[in-house]
Amino acid sequence: MTIFIIQLLNSFFYAAVLFLIAAGLSLIYGVMRIVNLAHGSLYALGAYVSAWVVGGTVGHAASGTLGLAGLLLLLPVGAVAVAVVGAVIEPTLLRPLYRRPEEYHLLITFGLLMILEDAMKFLFGGTPLTAGSIMDHMGSIPIGRLLYPTYNLFVIAIGLIAALGLWWIIYRTKFGVILRATSQDRRMAAALGLNVSRVYVQAFAIGCFMAGLGGAVVVPAQAAVLGMGIEALILAFVVVVIGGLGSLEGALVGALIVGLVRTAGIQFFPEIELAVLYLIAMAVLLIRPTGLFGRA
Amino acid sequence: MSLLETVHLKKYFGDTHAVDDVNLTIEEGEFISLVGPNGAGKTSFCNVVSAYYSADSGKIIFQGEDVSNASVTQRVKAGIARSFQLVNLFDDLTAFDNVALAIFSREGKTRNIAALARRDSEVTREADAVLNQFGLAGKRNELARGLAQGERKLLDVALAYALRPKLVFLDEPTSGVSTRDKGQIMDTIASVVRGEGITAVVVEHDMDVVFKYSDRIVVMHQGAILAQGTPAEIRKNEQVAMILIGSSGPDAFSRKD
Amino acid sequence: MSLAVAKKGAITSIGPSAWRPAVVAIAILLVLAALPSLVDPYQTVLLTYGLIMAIAALGFNLLLGYTGLLSFGHSAYFGAGAYTVAFIVRDLGAQSMELCIVGGLLGALLISALFGFVCVRHTRIFFGILTLALSQVLWSLAFKFFWVTGGTDGIRVASAKLTLLGGFVNFAGPGSFQRFVFAYYYYVLGLFALATVIMWVIVHSPFGKALQAIRDNETRASFVGISVRRYRWIAFVISGAFTGLAGVLWVPLNGLTTPDILYWPFSGEIVFMTVLGGFRTFTGPIVGAVMFNYLKTYAVASTEYWQLLLGVVLVVLVLALPSGIVGTAARLAARFTRGTS
Ligand SMILES: Nc1ncnc2c1ncn2[C@@H]1O[C@H](COP(=O)(O)OP(=O)(O)OP(=O)(O)O)[C@@H](O)[C@H]1O
Ligand SMILES: [Mg+2]
Repeated sequence: MTIFIIQLLNSFFYAAVLFLIAAGLSLIYGVMRIVNLAHGSLYALGAYVSAWVVGGTVGHAASGTLGLAGLLLLLPVGAVAVAVVGAVIEPTLLRPLYRRPEEYHLLITFGLLMILEDAMKFLFGGTPLTAGSIMDHMGSIPIGRLLYPTYNLFVIAIGLIAALGLWWIIYRTKFGVILRATSQDRRMAAALGLNVSRVYVQAFAIGCFMAGLGGAVVVPAQAAVLGMGIEALILAFVVVVIGGLGSLEGALVGALIVGLVRTAGIQFFPEIELAVLYLIAMAVLLIRPTGLFGRA
Repeated sequence: MSLLETVHLKKYFGDTHAVDDVNLTIEEGEFISLVGPNGAGKTSFCNVVSAYYSADSGKIIFQGEDVSNASVTQRVKAGIARSFQLVNLFDDLTAFDNVALAIFSREGKTRNIAALARRDSEVTREADAVLNQFGLAGKRNELARGLAQGERKLLDVALAYALRPKLVFLDEPTSGVSTRDKGQIMDTIASVVRGEGITAVVVEHDMDVVFKYSDRIVVMHQGAILAQGTPAEIRKNEQVAMILIGSSGPDAFSRKD
Repeated sequence: MSLAVAKKGAITSIGPSAWRPAVVAIAILLVLAALPSLVDPYQTVLLTYGLIMAIAALGFNLLLGYTGLLSFGHSAYFGAGAYTVAFIVRDLGAQSMELCIVGGLLGALLISALFGFVCVRHTRIFFGILTLALSQVLWSLAFKFFWVTGGTDGIRVASAKLTLLGGFVNFAGPGSFQRFVFAYYYYVLGLFALATVIMWVIVHSPFGKALQAIRDNETRASFVGISVRRYRWIAFVISGAFTGLAGVLWVPLNGLTTPDILYWPFSGEIVFMTVLGGFRTFTGPIVGAVMFNYLKTYAVASTEYWQLLLGVVLVVLVLALPSGIVGTAARLAARFTRGTS
C-alpha cells in the first residue's frame, strides 16, 4: 500500500512537470497556431539557468542569509529568463512567418532548437547541473514506513497552482478574454482593435515561462543534462496528442495519464514504456482525432 | 426510374435548418435551376447530395440505388459531379493538368505510377478538347491560380464536366463575374451540358439567366422546397416573387445587374 | 497562398518532352563517375554519403513537395532500413549487398506501411507530430532492447565482409577499405541514378499528378474521384521505401548503426536538407542533401558547436531563402532570361 501511494505521488510529480511543459506548448499553439519544436529546449534552458543560479555563488549567498526560502526564491529565475528569451524570439523570428505555411514554423523552431541546444552546451558545459541543495534542505516526510522527499510534494503543489492559475487567467480575466478571442479569429481580433502583436508576444512569453518553470522545478530533483529538452518535447507531444493540442484541460489530463503510465511502465514494463505511451496516443488519435479535449 | 431522388433529406446546423425535409426528384436530361434567397440552403443541398456533408437523415437514391452512405469518391464514380460556389481548383497545376487529372481519375488511370502523364495522348487530346469547349484553350499552360475569375469559374465547371457525370451540380457558376461574361459562361455551360445529355442542377441568382436556360426551376426557402415548375409557372407564382423580392430588391424578376 | 513563395509551377514546368534535362543529367552523371579518380578517397566517401542522403531526401520530398505532408519522422524509415541490414548481416550472416537491400527495403516498407496507415489520417501539424512521435517508438525500442540492437553501442557491419553484385565484387584481402570505398561509390551512384529516374517517373505519372492535386486542394481531389487517404498512404510508403534504401546503403559505409539515426533530430536533418535545396523543385532535395552533407561535415570539423552553426543557417534560410537553393536559382534564371529576351 505504501509503495502504491509513493508510486502514485511519483506519477503526480512527473505529471506536474509534464503539465507545465505541455501547457506552455498547448497555449502557444492555441493562440498562435505554432508548434514550437524548441519548446523542450526552452524547458532545458529553464532547468540549466535555475540550477546554475541556485547552485552557484548567488545561491550560496541566498541560502546563507535566507536559508531555504532564499533558494526557493531563486528557483523561478530560470522561468523568468526563458520568458525573456521567448519575448525576444517571437517578434524577431516568428513574426515574419505567420503568413507562411506551417512547414516553415516547424523549420524555424527546429533551427532554434539546434541553436539553443548548443548555446546551453556553450554556456553551461557538458557537466550536469543540479539544485539539489533545495531537495536536501526540504528533507523528507514519512509515508507509511518509508520516507518521501518533501520537495516532490512541493512540485505537485506547484503544478496544481499553475493549472489553477492558468485556468483563472484564461477564463476569468480580461487578458484571458483577449487571448481566447485572438486564438479563435486573429483577423477578427485585430479588426476589433486588439493589439494582436502584443497578445502574441505575451502568449509566447507565458508559454515559454511555463516551459522554463517546468525546468526550474525539476532541477532540484534531477540534474539538468544536455539533450533533456529533446526528450521532454516528445513526451510533451504525447501529452498534447492525448489531451488535445491547444486545450488546457487536455494538457492536465494528458499529463496525468502519461505520468501514471510512465510510473507504471518503469515498474512493470521498462523496455516498452515509451512505446506503450505512443500506442495510447495513437489509439486516442484513431478514436478521437483531435485528442480527448481538442476542438476540430 | 428517376435519375435522382431525395427522400426526407435533412441537414441542420444547430438551429439552422439548412436542408429541411427535401423531397426532390430529378429526371434524366433535365436542366434544373435551383434558386432562393441567400441562406436558403441551395449550397447545403448540393453539399449533402454530393456527400460533402453527411445528411442528418433521409435518403438519396441515385439511379435506383441508395447512395446515402456512399463516400464522395463513390458518388463521383457513380456519376455525380459538382462545381463549387467558391472556386475550388488545383492552384499550382496548369489549366491543362487540372482537366487532365479529372480525366485520369475518371479512367482509373491515376493508379498508374510507371507511365508519364504527358505521354497519354488519349487523355491529352480529350483534355485539350474540354479546354477548347470551355474556351480555355489559350490558357492551357497557365497555372490555375493565375487565371481571371471568369476563367477560374469555367475551369471549375470544366473539371466537373470532364468527369462525364450523369448528374452535375453547378453552384453559382457565374458568381463574381461581370454581367457581360455571365451570359457567355452560361451559354458555354448550357451548350456543353445539353450537348452531352448531362443532367444539370444549376444554382443561380440571376432570374433572367434562370428563365432563359431552365427546363424546371426549384425554389428553396429556409431549407425547404417552396415551389417548383417550368419557368412559365414560376414566373406566375406570387409567393416565389415575394420571397425573391425580399432577398434581392423590388425587381427580382427583371433584374439586369 | 499555399507556398506561393516557392517558384510557382516549378514542378510542373519540367516536362518530359524536354530532352535538355536528360542531357544535363547524363553530363552530371559522367562528371560524378569521373570524380573518384580525380579526388582523394576522403572526398569520395563524403560524396557517397551525400548521394545516399540525396536518395533519402528525394523520398522525403515526395511527401513534402508533392503531397504536401511534412513528416518529422523519416528517421524511422532510414533506421528501419539500416537496422534490418544490420540484423541480416549479424544474425543471418548474409554477405550479399543485394540481399541486404531487399531485406532492408522490406523492413522499411513494413514500418512505413504501418506508421503511414495511422499518420495519413491526419494532415498538417498533426501529421508532423504523429510521424515524429511514432518514429520515437522505434528509437526507444532500439535504445531499450539493447540485447537485440546493441543499445547505444549499435551494431557493427563490417564492409570488408560484404559482396556487391551477387558476389561478383568482394573485398577480401589487402587494401580492403580503399577498394570498398571506390567500388561502393559507383554502386551508390548507380542506385542513386536509378532512384532518381524512378522518382522522376513517379512524380510525372498520373499518380504523381494526383498527389500534387491532393497537395493543392484535398477537397477538390476527392471530388474528381481520388481516394485522398489511400493515395497519401501509398505516397507515404513509397517515400518510406526510398528513405529506407538510403538507410540500407548508409550502414556499410558508416560501418555501424546506432539509435542516433532513429532519433528525431535526424528526421529534422532530412527536412533541413530538403528545404535547403528547395522542396518545390524536383532536384532541390538532391542538391540540398549533397550540400548539407558538406556543410555539416565542415561545421563538425571546424567547431564543437556545429549544431549552433547549422541552426543559424536554417533560421536564415527560412527567413531569407524559403524556396531553397534550386528554387531561388531557378527564379533568378527565369528573371535573367526574361530580362535578356
Ligand atoms: N458548415 C456550416 N456550418 C454552419 N452553418 C452552415 C454551414 N453551411 C451552411 N450553413 C448555414 O445553412 C444555411 C444555408 O446555407 P447555404 O450556404 O446552403 O445557403 P445558400 O442557399 O447556398 O446561400 P447563398 O445564396 O448565399 O449561397 C445558412 O444559414 C448557413 O449559414
Ligand atoms: Mg450557396
